[in-house]
Amino acid sequence: MITLTGVTKTFGKNRVLRGVDLTIPSGQSMVIIGGSGTGKSVLLKCILGLVRHDGGTITLDGQDVTTADRDAFLARFGMLFQGGALFDSLRVWENVAFRLMRGALKRPKQEAREIAIEKLRRVGLRPEVADQFPAELSGGMQKRVGLARAIAAEPEIIFFDEPTTGLDPIMAGVINDLIREIVTEMGATAMTITHDMSSVRAIADRVAMLHDGVIQWTGTVGEMDATPDPYVQQFIHGRATGPIAAVR
Amino acid sequence: MTALTAPLAAIGRPVLAALALIGRIALFAARVVGHMVRPPFYPREFLQALLQIGWFSLPVVGLTAVFTGGALALQIYSGGARFNAEAVVPSIVAIGMVRELGPVLGGLMVAARVASSIAAEIGTMKVTEQIDALVTLSTDPIKYLAVPRVLAATLAVPVLVAVGDAIGIAGGWLVGVNRLGFNSTVYLQNTVDFLESWDVVSGLWKGAAFGFIVALMGCYHGMNSGRGAQGVGAATKAAVVGASVLILATNYLLTEVFFSA
Repeated sequence: MITLTGVTKTFGKNRVLRGVDLTIPSGQSMVIIGGSGTGKSVLLKCILGLVRHDGGTITLDGQDVTTADRDAFLARFGMLFQGGALFDSLRVWENVAFRLMRGALKRPKQEAREIAIEKLRRVGLRPEVADQFPAELSGGMQKRVGLARAIAAEPEIIFFDEPTTGLDPIMAGVINDLIREIVTEMGATAMTITHDMSSVRAIADRVAMLHDGVIQWTGTVGEMDATPDPYVQQFIHGRATGPIAAVR
Repeated sequence: MTALTAPLAAIGRPVLAALALIGRIALFAARVVGHMVRPPFYPREFLQALLQIGWFSLPVVGLTAVFTGGALALQIYSGGARFNAEAVVPSIVAIGMVRELGPVLGGLMVAARVASSIAAEIGTMKVTEQIDALVTLSTDPIKYLAVPRVLAATLAVPVLVAVGDAIGIAGGWLVGVNRLGFNSTVYLQNTVDFLESWDVVSGLWKGAAFGFIVALMGCYHGMNSGRGAQGVGAATKAAVVGASVLILATNYLLTEVFFSA
């Protein structure tokens, strides 16, 4: 279980997170929604330690993430980055098997390659793709390779940063379905940040809305549609008028 | 009071910023050196860097050296003629190349070619979140990206300097024999007779220092690149300018250490 209590983060004069309180139970899929620039990615990076939070506490299964053994902590995570973040200089299979070729999870090269090809197949990519370089792939294929890399070491917790951004609606649907299937079959805890409502409905067990540096609302997908919260209603219906300023 | 302190503040601000930058680079260098002796090691990345920095820099270093050696022979001949000392051309070309021009020009050419490419590559990795991805995959970016490059450059640049020295001397010999009328055997004999081993070795030590500086500046500025294409461009420029200035400053310091009697 991931627990955030009063998490704050400031960049210069910009107070991005003003006291975030959030709990992500084990085995659940939590989706964080919110407008662009509201700090969703910063929140995710604070949990992973990519950005150091200024105040508050973040714990994983009761242990403070800032004092935990870093390698053991990160070994529990997989992450799909917004742009894929694939390593240009490595072939696709080497990207997918990156974690399996070094460190505590190191396997023989042939075994790592076989696992990578199996994970590529799991995300709907042919084995021939394995020997290509990321630059030779389309955006949707790169996203799938990123997804294969995120699940390659079968992590307990998977983060998805804007998984459908830049994809056409059909490819976005494919990625959403893959994420839902994989999270369910692996029994993983998932945290997704997005402002794509189709992703929210496809992926989420629970939804939290981040606005103005705090969690404005949290509940299930069913509760989201029924809530009278004006922030949530404005966001999910994409209205230009409401409590959330259209121009930020 | 404000009118009095404003000029001081205007001077103090960039001075403090420069000191802070020096401090950050020094800490970065200490981290890189610290990681060099602690596992895990990445031999594949090291060998790739060695190929990129060493082998692929040979043409540019060689061309620089051959033209510099030739020009040096012409200059020394022309200057030496004022004192009836034209005969010193072979020895001065050799000493000038191995002590100064070989390492400094080699270092500067490698700075232009390598510091820029390292900074652009790592800067692009930063803005496309590849460095964050490395961290989430339990891999230290300094260990994986910076250490192989810095180590490779520190080892490769002295070799480039040695090759450049030889090519530069050959350039001087070509001009000396074909343009200035030197006897080939006498030219080579004078080169060998007046060159001491420390002349060569001191240049190689300079090369090692310059290689370290080049890769360090490329890695530092790449990893601290700003956002977007403009950020990567600025990082690349800062890496080349920083490496070049540091090479020239370090060259003076090392020359003081090696040759001040």
